[in-house]
Order: sequence, then C-alpha cells, then structure tokens
Amino acid sequence: MNPFTQLDGLVAPLDRANVDTDAIIPKQFLKSIKRSGFGPNAFDEWRYLDVGQPGQDNSQRPLNPDFVLNQVRYKGAQILLTRDNFGCGSSREHAPWALEDYGFRVLIGPSFADIFFNNSFKNGLLPIKLDVAEIDELFRQCEASAGYRLKVDLAAQTITRPDGKSIAFDIDPFRKECLLNGWDDIGLTLRHADKIRAFEAQRRAEHPYYFA
Amino acid sequence: MHAQTLYEKLWSSHVVHQEADGTALIYIDRHLVHEVTSPQAFEGLKLAGRKPWRISSIVATADHNTPTDHWDLGIQDPVSRQQVETLDANIREVGSLAYFPFKDARQGIVHVIGPENGATLPGMTVVCGDSHTSTHGAFGCLAHGIGTSEVEHVLATQCLLQKKSKTLLIRVDGQLGRGVTAKDVVLAIIGKIGTAGGTGYAMEFGGSAIRSLSMEGRMTICNMAIEAGARAGMVGVDETTIEYLKDRPFSPKGEQWAQAVDYWRSLHSDEGAEFDKVVELKAEDILPQVTWGTSPEMVTTVDGRVPDPAAVTDPVRREGIERALKYMGLAANTPITDIPVDQVFIGSCTNSRIEDLREAAAVARGRSKAASVKRVLVVPGSGLVKRQAEEEGLDKVFVAAGFEWREPGCSMCLAMNADRLEPGERCASTSNRNFEGRQGAGGRTHLVSPAMAAAAAVTGRFTDVRTLA
Repeated sequence: MNPFTQLDGLVAPLDRANVDTDAIIPKQFLKSIKRSGFGPNAFDEWRYLDVGQPGQDNSQRPLNPDFVLNQVRYKGAQILLTRDNFGCGSSREHAPWALEDYGFRVLIGPSFADIFFNNSFKNGLLPIKLDVAEIDELFRQCEASAGYRLKVDLAAQTITRPDGKSIAFDIDPFRKECLLNGWDDIGLTLRHADKIRAFEAQRRAEHPYYFA
Repeated sequence: MHAQTLYEKLWSSHVVHQEADGTALIYIDRHLVHEVTSPQAFEGLKLAGRKPWRISSIVATADHNTPTDHWDLGIQDPVSRQQVETLDANIREVGSLAYFPFKDARQGIVHVIGPENGATLPGMTVVCGDSHTSTHGAFGCLAHGIGTSEVEHVLATQCLLQKKSKTLLIRVDGQLGRGVTAKDVVLAIIGKIGTAGGTGYAMEFGGSAIRSLSMEGRMTICNMAIEAGARAGMVGVDETTIEYLKDRPFSPKGEQWAQAVDYWRSLHSDEGAEFDKVVELKAEDILPQVTWGTSPEMVTTVDGRVPDPAAVTDPVRREGIERALKYMGLAANTPITDIPVDQVFIGSCTNSRIEDLREAAAVARGRSKAASVKRVLVVPGSGLVKRQAEEEGLDKVFVAAGFEWREPGCSMCLAMNADRLEPGERCASTSNRNFEGRQGAGGRTHLVSPAMAAAAAVTGRFTDVRTLA
C-alpha cells in the first residue's frame, strides 16, 4: 500500500447524500479479476451519457455535462467533498479502487458507511469525518472559488483551508500508523501468528464442531 | 458476571489480540467465498508467497455471474465466464471444506447455501466478501461483509482487524398482521431509522414478533441490517434455530451435537443486558411496505403516497427526494397502488428461500400474470430450494400463472448476469437495494415482500396483498 502523509490537493464537491458503491462503480465492471484500471469507470452512470461496458475505449464516450466531476475546474481533483453515508451498500472494494485510480487520495464528509470506510484505508485512501457545519462551509468555499485547494496533514491530523483556518480531525491511532507507513496489514497480523495458533488450538479443543 | 449482550458474547469469545487503541484481531470460523470479490485476494496471496491459514473454514460457490436459464449452454458472457473459471481454479488449487460450482446440485446464492448446509452455526464468526453476509447473524453468529483486502487477510491469517462496535437493539413486539412478512418488518425498520441509522452498531433484533419468525424470516431481516447501515445483524439462539440446524450436512452429529446445543443455548442477550441504543416498533403498526425512491429508506406503506419534496425543509433531503422522483419517473403524491410495473423479480439473498417461494405461490395460485407485465422471474436461492419447491409443486403454480421458473443465482438483484431491466423499466422486486441502476442501467426498482411482488405480478400494479383473498 502507498503511504499517505501530506497532500495539497484540488477539491471537487459531490453534493448528494447516500452515494452508494453501485454508483461509484457499477456492477458490470466488477467482472474484472484485476485490482487496477477502474478509474475511467468511476461514477460511470452519472459521468457518461451512454451505458458503459467493460473493455471499452472510455475516451470516445459522450460525457454528461451536468455531472460535477466533468467540469473543467475540477479536473485533476484529489480531494472529494461528500455528504452523509458516502459509500453505502455493497462491500465491493472496487469502489475505493476506482476512486483511487481516478486520482482521489482524500474523502471529506460528515459520515461514511462502515465497510467502505474500512476498505478505503486498505488502499491508501483517507476518509475524514467532519461536523456538518464544517462540511457546509467547505462546500460553500469550494463552489465559490475555482481552483479551491486544501492541505491535509495526516501526522498533524489537520486540514488547512486557503483562508488559513486549520480544522482538526480524528483518526484511529492504529489506522493512522498503518497509513503513514504504508504498512501491509497481513504482515502486521502475522507477527501474532503464535497467538493465533494458540487461540485456534484452544477453540478447537472447546468447540470441535466448528472445525469439522 | 454482568449481563451481556449477544454481540459482547460473540466478540469476547473471538479476540486473539488487542492493540492499545482497542483495535483487535478477531478469529474467523467460517469464510464464505464467491467469484466476484475473491480473485484479487487469491492473486495477492500468491504474489506474496502465502498459503491459506485454514482451508476447512472455506465454503465457496459461484452465484453472481451465473445465468438462470439455458445452463446447457454454459456462461455466454466471456468476462463472466472468466471470473467463474478463476474461482474454479483458485478453489481447486487451495482447497475448501465445500465448493458448489456452477451447475452443482447444491450451488446457489452464498447466503442461502451456508445456512441450508449447516455451514453457518451459532457462535461462529462468519465473513464473506459481500455486504449481505449479515444474513447469517440470524443464527446467533457474528457475521458481516468484508472487502477484498480483508478476504485476503482472512485467507492468510484466519483473522480480521476490528474495532468493537456499539450495540443497537431493535425490538419488535406484538403479532404481525395477515399478509405482513419479515420483509415488511425490516423495510419498516429502515424507514424508521434510515440507511445510516445502524452505522457503527452491531444490530440485534429481538421482541416477540422476531421470536415468532421462522429462520427464513430472521434471515430476511438480518440480511437487510446492512441497508440500515449495520455491518452485522443478529438474532439470539432459541429452539427455532436449533430445530432448523438439526441433521444439516455440516451440522454437528451425535455427542458433538449435544455439546454444541448446550453451548448455543447461551447465545442470546442476557436479561437486563444494556445496549447503547434501543429502537422499538409495534408489530401491529407494520403494514405491507413498498419503496418509492432510490434508497431503501425511501419507503412507505402500500396505502401511502409518493412524498412531496415541497413539504421537506432540509435542502439536502429535499434535493435527494427530487432527484429520486426524477429517476423513478414518479410524481409527488401519487398513490402507491396507482403505480404500474413492467417486470417482477422474486429472488435474491433476501427472499429466495422456500418460505418466500411458498408465500409468492400462495398469491399466484389460480391467478395469471397481468397482460401489461412483461416478465415475472422466479429465481430460487439454491439448487436445494429449487428441488424442494418442485417437490411441493410450486414451480407448476408459477408456470401456470405465466411466471418464469429459473435456475438459482443472484440474478436480477444486481444484474451481473443476463437478467436485467431495460432503461426506464419499473420492477417490483424482492431484493434488497433500489439504488439507481442496480437492476440494470436506468432501471427502476421498488422493494417489496414476495407476496406483494406476486400481487403486483397478477394485477399489474402495486396492490395490497391483503385485498387478494
């Protein structure tokens, strides 16, 4: 996993609640057996006017001019502003893969769905929860000025606005360490292999019917 | 010892190790695997030179991509076929407790085959790269969906990194009215608490109305815990649970059965256990439900109307309703029973078990598909459900009514196979998600119970099933 430390990035606003993972990456693209290449199909049904298919040349497809991410001013955005319950629905990790492949590294919203939130950290994508009032103000500022950028500092746990205001955010210490260092979860867990084996042996002795 | 909730019992019996900030390593008893969310995990394992920790925890099947008709022709879509063949190859290489491949007599939706084979047992931790893994919590286990990185993590370590959730009790007391099913109960719950109401919580369902449900009904309810934001839903073990599991293929036998049952009887929340939050519903207040929008919380009763966004003050919510009505092609204040349907889908991990098919057949018996309805798909959840339904003659009831009786699979719940809606088509569906494009790009989904879906099929519009004698 790529480490995440700091980012000074262009912000794009997606002003709707309950954005589900079916919307982030529609089902037809889940047939891929790869982890990469989902970016051109992120938000496919909102982003293009036609119905997308796997393996297509996406550069030839008609873009939906009404979809916010298609506006020139948001091209190259690395920070996505969202509303409540972003990433709800299907557990598909293809959703964070698609967002990351599109170019996003940070998501900022009032709340995220549990499975999506968890999946994001496994892919170097940082979801940040802030109070609704802070989010409202970020939407207002972002929409008011083209080229709106935010500075995100994971070690300091701060977001800095162009007007100099610094906003603190919370993150689990364990997740923070993993993300700052780009650690592989599996490698970390396997340091406890002896403990896992001991637990398993005891469980097998107490509840043999779970090991049939 | 203080009174514990079921979740606390399940959690504490699986903690292998805990970090200073509370992040814990949780041992996983059962790992269900399907073709869509596993290929990258198996590849990652191989690239890192790792081996699966305990293959006897793995139960696998192909369900999302498999066709529901013309099985003799195989899987026509080459991309779908490649994904299913990749699962075949991965399981062949690493092994498993059980694998039910495409066309196997016991193949089916992963959340149907686990319980019916006794591979889901009380007291287990159950995971799968699929959000509807919450279904298995109906058996008094801790069951939830995980992403593909976590699938790889469980394969490699038999553990998951987790933080303990808060606890939420949904208590439904009283007696459900005639024509009101488990699906209506869970839709009413989601309507009440919202699609993020359970975020951060492990959700337990209790109360006399839940206790009186069959295992099929409890699975329907736990299945949709995720649509209320809760990764895990659960119901405490009782005689209904134990009776269901007796003599299933992977259920314990003989002396081990007695030992297991003895333990399982402790798997319920203790009297006086405290939850972080409690929500109560009265069973008598719940009527047949129909969703009208693009999120499961956008739901009302069959005697209700499509809401009017003009009456909503919160701008984010108002715009959400406006966007949903535009997508759904519905005008504000339209009575639900005035909405016609083009297709009907009876199936999915929510409602494709034998009891669901019996409820749909009871409505379809002696009636016919309305002429205006293009297609009614009935897709059993597994080969075993299909066989039982045929033994009971349900297939004949459906076919006589002009419904299509199909092979098992996920089918039009998410339309990864050939079963899908065309743009603009409206569907009464027993599945779990009415998101934009879920059943096909531009398709419009209304979530209902199997009985309500059958009622829509025979009348051509949403109809209160209680009015069909």
